[in-house]
Amino acid sequence: MIRTENLVKSFNDRTVLNNITTVFEQGKTNLIIGQSGSGKTVLLKSLVGLHPIDSGSIYYDDVCFSSLGFKEMKDIRQHIGMIFQGGALLDSSTVEDNVKLPLDLFTNQSEEEKLERVNFCLNRVELLNSNKRYPAEISGGMVKRVAIARAIVLNPKYLFCDEPNSGLDPVTSCVIDNLIKEITQEYQITTIINTHDMNSVMEIGDKIVYIHQGNKWWEGSNDDILRSDNKELNEFVFASAMAKRAKLATL
Amino acid sequence: MRFFEFLGKYYILMTKVFSRPEKIKIYRKRILFEMEALGFNSIGIAAIISVFMGAVVTLQMSINLESPFIPQVLIGYATREVMIMEFSSTVVALILAGKVGSNIASEIGTMRITEQIDALEIMGVNSAGYLILPKIIATVLFFPFLTVLSIGIGCAGGYFVSILTGIMNPDTYIDGLKMDFKPFSITYSLIKTAVFAAIITSISGFYGYYAKGNSLEVGKASTKAVVVSSITILIFNLIITQLILIG
Ligand SMILES: Nc1ncnc2c1ncn2[C@@H]1O[C@H](COP(=O)(O)OP(=O)(O)OP(=O)(O)O)[C@@H](O)[C@H]1O
Ligand SMILES: [Mg+2]
Repeated sequence: MIRTENLVKSFNDRTVLNNITTVFEQGKTNLIIGQSGSGKTVLLKSLVGLHPIDSGSIYYDDVCFSSLGFKEMKDIRQHIGMIFQGGALLDSSTVEDNVKLPLDLFTNQSEEEKLERVNFCLNRVELLNSNKRYPAEISGGMVKRVAIARAIVLNPKYLFCDEPNSGLDPVTSCVIDNLIKEITQEYQITTIINTHDMNSVMEIGDKIVYIHQGNKWWEGSNDDILRSDNKELNEFVFASAMAKRAKLATL
Repeated sequence: MRFFEFLGKYYILMTKVFSRPEKIKIYRKRILFEMEALGFNSIGIAAIISVFMGAVVTLQMSINLESPFIPQVLIGYATREVMIMEFSSTVVALILAGKVGSNIASEIGTMRITEQIDALEIMGVNSAGYLILPKIIATVLFFPFLTVLSIGIGCAGGYFVSILTGIMNPDTYIDGLKMDFKPFSITYSLIKTAVFAAIITSISGFYGYYAKGNSLEVGKASTKAVVVSSITILIFNLIITQLILIG
């Protein structure tokens, strides 16, 4: 479980996140949605400590993450998996080495054990026969999947995904969504996903936090979302034709 | 003011770079890799400029010292001293600042803006140490070899030119090379190179690591890395020479 209390983050006097208080539960896929520029990425990066926050606190289970020193933060980070908006694979390493890196750094497994684990994770994201290729040689969707494999290779307790399926075709998007949901339940991970894909919201949104101009505007489950009467949320949700039809169907 | 800010940030980065590595084995592998990428792959350029410099120094000396009062043997001697004292350490370092420095700054800068550095941090890796330390160690160990190589090739360049142009007697040139040789001058040259290697890698790493924005900014960072490391090399050249030779 990850909890924030009155989290405030600003860049040079411009407040990007304003008093965010919410809870992301374990074993659930928690979604952060909002328009482009609303502060989703900043929120995610603040949660993992890549952006120092101005005030408020962040708790990982019972540990106050936001008051930890560099060293203790590093210890917690070994339990964090993160998928960046652009994949962020190391350009100079092959797919296999990218996924293996956390194992190299933080385990004492033998080379065979490590390779077995790497292949298991690559299998999980349905990526076979690309082990020896470099990030520049695989497609955008494959990069995302390698990033997922890397994020789960150490069995994280917390998983952060910044738009894991943006720019992917609908089929691959669904595969990735379902994969994330599956491993979240299977390993009881606290998963937090940034998205503006309404399809993901309806499919895997156990809990949804809607951010509007840096404020938490609404939160609830994907069942609640269609019935909400929040004006901005409705404008956001029903901007897409498909969601509009879904709404009509529920009426 | 900006200067002190730079020094402060540089110092903080270096404390991160030199903090205890997660796993020595990984670092060892990366050091070997960097030795090839930054050191071995620079042999070509170091060799080419050295042979030409050695040749042109010999040529210049022969032309300008043509006087019955100056023995020809001094020409070989002067070429050797020029190569050892300044060229093979300082000038080669300036060239390498251009080649290796821009390479490091743009590589690390690109990693910064494509969030690869953030990804390492999230894994719990000390990204500054992981990326910069192996480069520093690799260049500090390898660049002195380039210096030795450059001295050798430079002196050979002078020999070739004396044969090819016939401007002086090759045997006299060789005698000059052997004249009044003080081994300590080599030590002095190697110490300088090691310091310059650390300067190039750490400053370029600094500019790459703190790059932000987009590819334009990475380009600027790599230009800055080259300019600042070159100037720093020249300043330290003075300081080290004062300390070691004049004391
Ligand atoms: N490093 C930074 N320095 C200054 N301002 C920033 C920085 N990072 C983000 N911002 C600002 O914070 C705001 C929120 O940005 P953020 O990247 O969180 O948006 P987002 O919700 O993730 O959008 P998208 O859906 O397009 O990814 C933006 O207005 C942006 O300009
Ligand atoms: Mg974003």
